[in-house]
Amino acid sequence: MFAPFMMNAWIVATMVAVVAGVVGFFVVMRGSAFVADAVPQGAFAGAAGASLIGVNALVGLSVFALAGALGIGLLGRRGRHDVATALTLVLMLGLGALFLSFTTQYSSEIFALLFGEVLGISSAEILPVALLGLVCVAAIAVLYRPLLLSSLAPESGAARGVSAARMELAFLVVVALATAMTLPVVGALLIFSLMIGPPAAARALTSSPLRAMALSVVIAVVLAWVSIALSYQSDWPVGFFVGVGGAVCYALGRGWAAWSGSRGSSPGRPARAGSPGPSPAEPESPEPAAAGTA
Amino acid sequence: MSGLLSAVFAAGFFTSEPVHVALLIGGVAALVSGAVGAFAVLRGQSYAGHALADISVTGGSASYLLGISPLLGFAGTGVLAAGVMDMIGIRRPRGRDLATGIVRGAGLGLAALFLYFDTTHTNTSGVAVTVLFGSMFTLSPSVIPLVVICSLAALAIIAVLYRPLLLSSVSTDLAAARGIPVRLTGLACLIAIALAVSLSALTIGTILSTALLVGPAATALRITRRPGRATLLAAALGVVVTWLGILLAYDSFTWPPRHDGWPVSFFVVALIFACYLLAEWGARLAPPRRRPGRPAARVPVLKADPDAAEG
Repeated sequence: MFAPFMMNAWIVATMVAVVAGVVGFFVVMRGSAFVADAVPQGAFAGAAGASLIGVNALVGLSVFALAGALGIGLLGRRGRHDVATALTLVLMLGLGALFLSFTTQYSSEIFALLFGEVLGISSAEILPVALLGLVCVAAIAVLYRPLLLSSLAPESGAARGVSAARMELAFLVVVALATAMTLPVVGALLIFSLMIGPPAAARALTSSPLRAMALSVVIAVVLAWVSIALSYQSDWPVGFFVGVGGAVCYALGRGWAAWSGSRGSSPGRPARAGSPGPSPAEPESPEPAAAGTA
Repeated sequence: MSGLLSAVFAAGFFTSEPVHVALLIGGVAALVSGAVGAFAVLRGQSYAGHALADISVTGGSASYLLGISPLLGFAGTGVLAAGVMDMIGIRRPRGRDLATGIVRGAGLGLAALFLYFDTTHTNTSGVAVTVLFGSMFTLSPSVIPLVVICSLAALAIIAVLYRPLLLSSVSTDLAAARGIPVRLTGLACLIAIALAVSLSALTIGTILSTALLVGPAATALRITRRPGRATLLAAALGVVVTWLGILLAYDSFTWPPRHDGWPVSFFVVALIFACYLLAEWGARLAPPRRRPGRPAARVPVLKADPDAAEG
């Protein structure tokens, strides 16, 4: 499992998990799961286009991810945000279908791009992934305060001169970059499990933003490592372990929050997750805990 | 005139059996998706619709593995996933998208596994592509009865629950005050969405199922604010766009670069996107209802604010 040809997989997966944990924290915080889902899926079409004209797949991924993010941002300014996201996504996927129909020898690569392939990572691919990852983490570090403010309290952010629209666009670009680097490793359909499961679990466990972000990184890295190890042992696709593992993380986090809440020791909220009462979802949703820290 | 006709409709369009099947099934799927989609858009559940389409792929890939009818796999998984999404609390928009995403991630993880088994056991790596992108011209006529039953079920749910659903989409509080079981209504709506998208995911692929659910409905809601008219318009628009897409794809068999036809999904998606943009510009140029420009989109007549749905 730790043979030389696997070292690249471990290194890249770790970087990917760190970035997914950091970016994913804001994805969960802003409730933009759909965007974090749509950008990778749409970017997948970019890889198909890149192979068609014979350039590096990472370039195609980056271009399409950025175009998708900007499209969502611009279309979403007027009209409904989820509609804009859905339409941008299907447009990119439609283009992907068109590109795929132009080539013949792509079918096996598609499966890898959709569901992840860690074993095929060469040493030459590490550097671009590392650079993109650094850019993402640096961007989040620079944007941390205003982004947090505009995620939690857009109005007070606007009052302090933090434009919600501009923050949204900046955030979308970061998601796009994170997507481009993560996609070849865990696959278009499942990056997003890595971006959502761990941060959601982390937020159920702590209400302090910084601690939640650190925890989310730790969970994401552990999830990625466990997934690769299991995938190596069983020869099953990595995506399966990441996807199901992300849901398990979330369930465990919710279960923990409910359990500690019922004991009355949780400082944040009187949570009763899973009790299907007729009352609205206030106690079940993760919002109040985080809003309290704003 | 006949020259123009033969230029638009390539030879054999009206006599080809696969084209008939594609027109029929594609039309039915578009009709149902458009009608159900109006509610999906009004309630801010585009993401749920997209996720349900993807998740039903899990059932589809499992049914290839188990050897049961794909439609059963698609629709069964879709309805099941709708129940799970409702169970883990999807009323508040932010938490709802998160719950949707978690369910979708788990579902796609399983899909990856099933497809992996499919491909290793039967050695057809094309399954993943077929399941995801659909293939309109290879539909078998034998699925027609099942497709019709599924679509009737979805349409019946929408028709029966039309009034309460509309009210609870616009204002949860008002609906609750009138004694409407808001949660049950929401679940029924989600099940109708699941039926519609799993139906179209099976027949025309997951890309088109999301496109047909959201696109025509969003366009129709831009053109008219009256929900009944919007529902009908969305259904009609979906059918027209799908048929045009099939026609263009049929014509494109002679187009470069491979002379093998461009995908139907590309044409349909491009047409839908163009319609939406046109409606968007039209709405902006039309006489302002309150203020010109951006806030016009938020006139609270029937644009249910997603935040209102949380109650």
